[in-house]
Amino acid sequence: MTTATKTAEKADISILSITLMAFIGFSIMFMAGFANSETVHNYEHDTRHATGFPCH
Amino acid sequence: MSTIPATQPVSPATKMITRLLSSALFAGIAGGLIVALLHVFLLSPVIIEAEEYESGNKYHFAGVLEGADPGHHDTMEEASDGHQHDATEESWAARSLRTGLSSVLTTLGFAFMLIAGFAIAERNGIVVTARSGVLWGLGGFAAFHLATSFGLPPELPGSSAAMLEQRQFWWLGTAIATIFGLASIAFGKNWLHWGVGIVLVALPHIIGAPHPHSFGGVVPPELQGEFVSLSLGVAAIGWATLGLLAGFMWARQAD
Repeated sequence: MTTATKTAEKADISILSITLMAFIGFSIMFMAGFANSETVHNYEHDTRHATGFPCH
Repeated sequence: MSTIPATQPVSPATKMITRLLSSALFAGIAGGLIVALLHVFLLSPVIIEAEEYESGNKYHFAGVLEGADPGHHDTMEEASDGHQHDATEESWAARSLRTGLSSVLTTLGFAFMLIAGFAIAERNGIVVTARSGVLWGLGGFAAFHLATSFGLPPELPGSSAAMLEQRQFWWLGTAIATIFGLASIAFGKNWLHWGVGIVLVALPHIIGAPHPHSFGGVVPPELQGEFVSLSLGVAAIGWATLGLLAGFMWARQAD
């Protein structure tokens, strides 16, 4: 590729995509570590203890 | 039919999203597998032993009276005897698979948040490499595990603790305050930034974690102590690995 295309490929990472990444990550962690659903709690039980999430 | 040539460069937006997602997925899954193995082989045995005390199959002082070595969890006779009483108990393999998947999932969540941090850094002209990624990872360890354990040590089943919702609230607040505090210390440029950072890191501990009014856990303190140090050690290994892998993938796709 030429240098012209190379510079054109460079884009600032959008605030929206950063917010989405943080939101997805937080949601996954929340579901794995905090969701109060009995089924989720029982499935994640040992990992919650091992990770140090408050459990029970 | 499209007339776009096959060599058309990928659009900047696609490239950016690919970089964000591939870094998070690769580091989260690869790092998560390491955490999963450590959880299954180091921490689950301690949890399973604690459950023996919780369910009453083992009694806190019984082992001491019999002169059993508290450093060993695998008192097979007692364990297998206890298991026979519980017909609904799942197999070791099934339980390990469940724990392993949960651990990968949790690490994946951490990875997405870590990559969001890398992206904010890059917008502010801070380059993240595999090397500095390890430091980022240790920051994640400090926020999510060290700071939270400072007030609420990782618990085994059968230990006493305050109301769950209060503990969850304090835990999340502490992790968030520590993340912003550490970022302010690491990337701040003057004493105001550093001062705010120090206050943010210290504040949750000045407020104090919720604790029960009295302690009456059935799990031996030796087991609980071992569990806390193992949990923190595994978290440190997991986060250092996660930071390294995420930093590596992130830097690799930098322009």
